[in-house]
Amino acid sequence: MTFRNYILVCGGTACESSKADDIYQALLSESKKQGVENEVQIVKTGCFGFCEQGPIVKILPEDSFYVQIKPEDAQELIAEHVIKGREVKRLLYNKEGKTKHTKVEDIEFYQKQYRIVLRNCGFIDPENIDEYIAREGYAALEKVLFEMSSDDVIGELRESNLRGRGGAGFPTWMKWNFTRQAKGDLKYIVVNADEGDPGAYMDRSTLEGDPHSVLEAMAIAGKTVGSNHGFIYIRAEYPLAIRRLEIAMAQAREYGLLGENILGSGFDFDVEIRLGAGAFVCGEETALLASIEGSRGTPVPRPPFPAVKGLWGKPTVINNVETWANIPVIILKGGNWFSKIGTEDSHGTKVFALTGKIRNSGLVEVPMGTTLREIIYDIGGGIANGKEFKAVQTGGPSGGVITKEFLDTPIDFGSLTKLGSMMGSGGMIVMDEDDCIVDVAKFYLNFTVDESCGKCAPCRIGGRSLANLLEKITKGNGELADLDQMVEIGEAMKKASLCALGQTAPNPILSTLHFFRDEYLAHVVDKKCPAGKCKSLVSYYILEDKCIGCTACARKCPTAAISGERREVHVIDQAACIKCGVCFETCKFGAIEVR
Amino acid sequence: MAKMTLEELRKLRDSKKGDLRKRDIAGKDFQIIIGMGTCGIAAGAKSVFDSFMQELDAHKLDNVAVTQTGCMGLCYVEPTVEVLAPDMPPVIYGKVDSAVVKLIVEDHIMRKKMVSEHVFDRPSIDIIKDGGK
Repeated sequence: MTFRNYILVCGGTACESSKADDIYQALLSESKKQGVENEVQIVKTGCFGFCEQGPIVKILPEDSFYVQIKPEDAQELIAEHVIKGREVKRLLYNKEGKTKHTKVEDIEFYQKQYRIVLRNCGFIDPENIDEYIAREGYAALEKVLFEMSSDDVIGELRESNLRGRGGAGFPTWMKWNFTRQAKGDLKYIVVNADEGDPGAYMDRSTLEGDPHSVLEAMAIAGKTVGSNHGFIYIRAEYPLAIRRLEIAMAQAREYGLLGENILGSGFDFDVEIRLGAGAFVCGEETALLASIEGSRGTPVPRPPFPAVKGLWGKPTVINNVETWANIPVIILKGGNWFSKIGTEDSHGTKVFALTGKIRNSGLVEVPMGTTLREIIYDIGGGIANGKEFKAVQTGGPSGGVITKEFLDTPIDFGSLTKLGSMMGSGGMIVMDEDDCIVDVAKFYLNFTVDESCGKCAPCRIGGRSLANLLEKITKGNGELADLDQMVEIGEAMKKASLCALGQTAPNPILSTLHFFRDEYLAHVVDKKCPAGKCKSLVSYYILEDKCIGCTACARKCPTAAISGERREVHVIDQAACIKCGVCFETCKFGAIEVR
Repeated sequence: MAKMTLEELRKLRDSKKGDLRKRDIAGKDFQIIIGMGTCGIAAGAKSVFDSFMQELDAHKLDNVAVTQTGCMGLCYVEPTVEVLAPDMPPVIYGKVDSAVVKLIVEDHIMRKKMVSEHVFDRPSIDIIKDGGK
């Protein structure tokens, strides 16, 4: 027996609260009433990530996407769609409302996501080159080898307006063109897969899910700029991505898509992998190139830029994984197609790793110009556990926080920088009311202090001084003057550090100080941590009128700091308390108070 | 295969294009595709893979190909599994464990009934299939 239709009723928490269960029941009884219960299966699903338009009902195989459905609509859906096979127009999602901030011309779809970089992730077996080839794989390379001149390729890239996805956003066609025009017997192609931001895993997922897209793009660049040799610099802590790259390289060589005389074109190109030991600074391109050469990974001042004088002093194209993964599609579909996606000055899509206190965490790819609100609420499903949104951190240790007032900012290269953060490589960490903003700043700063290579004084000494000041504040010993001093040190680091690591390291502090000065003042003046994260600034107390003496907290307390007889009010010994918060979580009567 | 020429690559692409979505991988009608990026594996995709093998064996189903793919991006519901069956729309299941594996095999594969509560949506249209439109 086969069903003619499958009716999917979104059962995500948001829809559940807007009568999804009633709709499910109504559809079930209507299908029986109208005698089609054997022709249609009604299925409850997980969250479809379109919660503002919920409850959502999707009917397969037509893929009809119905929004804001009420139980009363069940009769019509069954009678019209299932029995007569006609879509119920008035309930269908109106696709026109979508393109508010982003111009995705001629594209009609209900989802907020649009996948160019991740086009094959989740579709193909990454360890099988045939599946990549079946989805237009290596067709772009074919075109570049046999139909296009170097000028044509640069022209398409120029028209596409593709800018580097690693963070800086430099126009890709210019990089390639500099290397193409540079004189040299040897030139190199380098993939920066040294993904280091905490919470970021876009590049890892791309390489694990679609390794050939990067290999193909490298060969395209090789042909365009006149290079026969490529390097992929990837951190050793990505074993699966490395293994899949190695498999992909072996398969491509076997098919003659890498190696000598590719497809009989006379063009030779091959790729080697270089493993990084995980130093954050090696994501900086000059440090990365030094590391490939076998030297210590420390940055050198630019110019000269790698495009002219890079690996072993030779002209080198170096791009981030995400940038590379865009290339084959741009060649196949054309620069004009790509340039129609996004906003006026930022084109194409951006991949984000959405993590933190978010309901639907995951890897998302959206057209440029999508707002933070769309990503966090429509795709991410909002904050987990019904808590209040506090801020979202973008750009990793080089970025900053963005607050509620700015959630409607369309994301592009410029907009987040104006807010004191940056788009960065794509980490996006959502924070709720339980997160202490000073603690967050301290986390990022300690990260960059650890990762500073120590070569220049502003980064080495400035970073340490900032970390000491933050430590002092979270311990409850902060003074008002400390806040001004942090700004002063931060501004100096921005101006005087040698590379982007030091120049951007103060950003998390400067940004949080700007948006959450009150919270810093609470730590410094009132000696309180409003979120209860800074252990030195909180104390736990038992409320006499609420404690019934159940002993649950005392039994859980790891330091035996809670005493009291059964059925009598308990007391916490403040000297023995380590402020772990277990009693607070254990108490069923709300008798533990955090002060 | 030895090194290919341009014509051979084109021929291979055309012949494989049908295979990929027409569900006759290795001559089998059903296809179970398990998301096996680092995220999926960390969430238990390997034991899901084993569970499928055991269930399919237990029901003596030899018409089902079990393969792997990368991360679909639905990290919050890993492990994820896509099921392709004749006469049924492709379905993505999330939060799959050995109990759900049993349901997928017994309901979806054997009775052509979807497994409630575990269906999720592919997050984006396929720009390769739709030509970017």
